Amino acid sequence: MTVLAGGTDLMVELNFGRRRPEHIVAIDRVGELAGIERNGHVRMGAGVTYTRMLADAGSQALAEAARTIGSPQIRNAGTIGGNLGTASPAGDTLPVLAALEATVVLRSKAGERRVPFADYMTGPKKSVRRADELIVAAEWDEAGPAQTYMFVSTRNAMAISIAGLAMVVDRARKRVGIGLGSCGPTIIRPADAEGFARGLFDEAGWERPHRPSESAAKELGRLVAAAARPIDDVRGTAAYRRHALAVMGARALSRVAQIA
Amino acid sequence: MTLAPPRPGARVKVRGVIGEPAPREDAVPKVKGEFQYASDLWREGMLHGATLRSPYPFARIRKVDVSAAAKLPGVRAVLTQDDVPGKKTYGLMDRDDQPVLADGYVRFVGEPVAVVAADTIEQARAATKAIVLEYEVLEPTFDPIAAIQPSAAKLHPKGNVLERVRILHGDPAAKADVVVEGEYEFAMQDQAALGPEAGLAIPREDGGVTLHVATQWLHEDLDQLAPCLGLPESKVRIVLSGVGGAFGAREDTSIQIHACLLALKTRRAVRMTYGREESFFGHVHRHPARLFYAHGATKKGELVFVRATIVLDGGAYASSSSAVVANAGSFAAGPYRVPNAVVDCVGARTNNPPTGAMRGFGAVQSCFAYEAQMDKLAKACGLDAVEIRMRNGLVEGDAIITSQPLVGSAPIAEIVRRCASLPLPETAAHRDQSELPGGHANVTRGEGVVRGVGYAVGFKNVCYSNGFDDFATARVRLFADAEGPLARVHTAAAEVGQGINTVQLQIARTELGIERVELETADTNVGSAGSSSASRQTWMTGHAVLQACREVRQELVRRAEREGLTLDRTDLADLLDRPIEKTVTYRHQDTEKRRPDGQSRGHVAFMFAAHRAVVDVDVETGLVKVVQVATAQDVGKAINPLGVIGQIEGGIAQGVGLAVMEELIVEKGRIRNASFTDYLIPTILDMPPVIADVIEHPHPDGPYGAKGVGEAPTISSTAAVVAAIRAATNRDLERVPVRPDDIVFGTSSRSGWRIAPGDDPRRAVRG
Ligand SMILES: Cc1cc2nc3c(=O)[nH]c(=O)nc-3n(C[C@H](O)[C@H](O)[C@H](O)COP(=O)(O)OP(=O)(O)OC[C@H]3O[C@@H](n4cnc5c(N)ncnc54)[C@H](O)[C@@H]3O)c2cc1C
Repeated sequence: MTVLAGGTDLMVELNFGRRRPEHIVAIDRVGELAGIERNGHVRMGAGVTYTRMLADAGSQALAEAARTIGSPQIRNAGTIGGNLGTASPAGDTLPVLAALEATVVLRSKAGERRVPFADYMTGPKKSVRRADELIVAAEWDEAGPAQTYMFVSTRNAMAISIAGLAMVVDRARKRVGIGLGSCGPTIIRPADAEGFARGLFDEAGWERPHRPSESAAKELGRLVAAAARPIDDVRGTAAYRRHALAVMGARALSRVAQIA
Repeated sequence: MTLAPPRPGARVKVRGVIGEPAPREDAVPKVKGEFQYASDLWREGMLHGATLRSPYPFARIRKVDVSAAAKLPGVRAVLTQDDVPGKKTYGLMDRDDQPVLADGYVRFVGEPVAVVAADTIEQARAATKAIVLEYEVLEPTFDPIAAIQPSAAKLHPKGNVLERVRILHGDPAAKADVVVEGEYEFAMQDQAALGPEAGLAIPREDGGVTLHVATQWLHEDLDQLAPCLGLPESKVRIVLSGVGGAFGAREDTSIQIHACLLALKTRRAVRMTYGREESFFGHVHRHPARLFYAHGATKKGELVFVRATIVLDGGAYASSSSAVVANAGSFAAGPYRVPNAVVDCVGARTNNPPTGAMRGFGAVQSCFAYEAQMDKLAKACGLDAVEIRMRNGLVEGDAIITSQPLVGSAPIAEIVRRCASLPLPETAAHRDQSELPGGHANVTRGEGVVRGVGYAVGFKNVCYSNGFDDFATARVRLFADAEGPLARVHTAAAEVGQGINTVQLQIARTELGIERVELETADTNVGSAGSSSASRQTWMTGHAVLQACREVRQELVRRAEREGLTLDRTDLADLLDRPIEKTVTYRHQDTEKRRPDGQSRGHVAFMFAAHRAVVDVDVETGLVKVVQVATAQDVGKAINPLGVIGQIEGGIAQGVGLAVMEELIVEKGRIRNASFTDYLIPTILDMPPVIADVIEHPHPDGPYGAKGVGEAPTISSTAAVVAAIRAATNRDLERVPVRPDDIVFGTSSRSGWRIAPGDDPRRAVRG
């Protein structure tokens, strides 16, 4: 069985003849999937659209990602569940979910499974989701406002990410999460860069905003780029992806470190 | 004898005449999704056609077996080359080198090998997959310079040099104090029309066929189609269907012959519509090019010589390469006074996808290079970009490098000056984040952003050139019905979005002095209008409609005189107990054929535009946002000012796209980004505001003084944007489109061939 949420990925696949499912079940009107619950912990139903997230995303980085996605039409239809269902390394919400250390909630007749995002994606457009499982929600702990998401693309809108980066600094939990998109078969967490950033916040104090030195920002960028495993493809070269990640890493750090 | 148009104010004021901004009649249906495009054509019981295409860039076909495919459910016909009843090849401009269906060889990835008609499109596609083919793969050639060397393997019986034009002007050995050189690369742009190739062929009882199709030139399709079908032209009628953009891509036939073959074979109506991906394989693209230039000038920046060698990649078949090569050559020095020039321009056959017509038609490629050269020269002479262009710009009476003098144009210096004096946009600091390069995707909030400004000027011919018998026919019928006088205008001019329908209505209203004018559907039941290309329809069909209307009016005057009435004070209906019908064929003045030294008065007229681009570049990420394009364009006369602005904005959008994102990426002959997911065209966030100064310097031969409008905006806007990016980044940027890599790494795009500018590229040396 194939489910259709916003259809913004599925219909493209059908049009190009890449998929020919026997049955399609539309889930866009299932109310239970469309809710957002927040109480220090966020549970975002799989059916929540990007337009919804602009008003309420439970994460600053996710709201920023939602704003960059597609066009108004795509944002009105496309859902977080669809982004997870497609599991493309270029999916814009996925680096954010990685940085938030979110959990993907899967349900089938056999029951519910909770999969940490780090274990969810297994390759480009591949995940641990079984064919009989529905994505019902993504969940994460609210992490405060020190977050951002950005991606590079040669076109200024309606563009697929050539390289994307999410950074979440959870000042209360003293945690730094970084997620890299479009620069490997899955979303990459650059462990060394996260460790380096933690060191910076340990030094500067987690509770206070600070302005990182230029050399610290550069070093973070370097560590981010070093963790990437990009390829050359029609959208960009591996060399450019690494370069852009270094720039974005440095900018992200400078940006979020100054947010209380 | 000519007759003046009716005196304004003589009777009730007529609305929708020339000079008034006239909205398109199809504007609202198009916006609402109600307009019928060719892909919406439908007929009860029609069959669906599908095409099997070559997976190889170069191969010999050892065996074709269609028997299994023909037995599949719903399949009504499977045709290969053997089933083509008439001529087996076709082509534009008498080149005739392209097989209707593969002739034992395939020469590019996507070449049609067989076509199928079936009850449903799924069945037709399934049948193409069931055709058994055995190929012997041959060694392909992808590098156009390699392809034209004497030692290169022959890719086609007609050879690998599709065209060569050599222009010698003044002293070929002229020397100058200041010399600048450069090698430039121009990648493959696609027309990216939103409407895919589509048509519906309906067999007729008399053994003929009627084809409804989206095309640019009905009669050229007819010329190519009828011989292949083995039918006289009288048995083939072609009717223009709703065209979803053309930009040159519909000059070559696509589905035309195939759909008719299938309809004639099955005796059923057959519709063929390419999908989006197939469309990229099913039409020609803009020629990629390598350009080697040297410019010489005095210390004061006055041009002494231009030497250029240009190689255009024509792909596997000729298409309109011969004319594209001629254009790239004759405009190779730009709209400047150049006393001495040597230009060698060659179109090469390769195993890349075929290239042909696209808006700007050869002029765009050279403009990118000569305008980069002008900026280099300005720098070397200590001048600014505006000054060097004003100093060298042509004025009326000056000749271009083919010795043809300029007639009916505002001085280039004035066009440049007016463009430069248009207001500049606000600074980057005042812009919304979404307006910054990559700002919408949150990459910058101002970090790394540097502004740059660049200028470029371009020019090109209007109408067909070099001795071509270029004409357009119009039939105008004036009669009266219960509501009064009504005129019907019938031409074969293809409305491809450019606005020729509105122009025809405006001209007829102006000339006849009545508001009720209707257009007949364009088809081959009236004489040819020529192509909707070379910015020529307003000039050509405009003239034909104007003259036909004037002949109708003469008849009205005659009738009025016979009755002892004055036309101005008479109700026209009283003179129309019998209809008046006039058919006129307009020909522009003769043009000369090209001479061996390239010198000739080969063109009818020229159009000119200057562009100023303002860009913001994030120099750290290499992302670009074009902030504003200002333009001054000499249009002669704005027959429909609204249409003129539409053409200027649309042409600039295509030029901006080419400058920063539009590229068909071809690797080993394969298009890697055959979709609008990966072939990027500008969105509303990429398209800058345009400010246009529309100059109306009348051309003595154009209708009401009008010149063409459509191509000029595309020619120099690309060069202006790249100049602006150079100004912001200090990079050389010798390639379009400019990629982020080129900005951040300064990637070189040299071909690896050594060619002295002006030398014959067929004697190139590697290294
Ligand atoms: C023009 C355009 C622009 C786009 N721009 C962007 C962009 O900027 N960034 C970006 O990330 N994406 C972009 N996309 C891709 C797409 O919009 C997103 O991936 C979106 O999140 C898909 O959501 P959807 O609800 O439309 O998914 P659908 O197309 O309905 O489904 C996608 C896949 O997920 C499966 N699926 C959906 N919901 C569930 C569920 N609850 N449980 C299990 N499986 C499910 C479907 O079966 C299908 O395989 C764009 C697409 C288009 C057409």
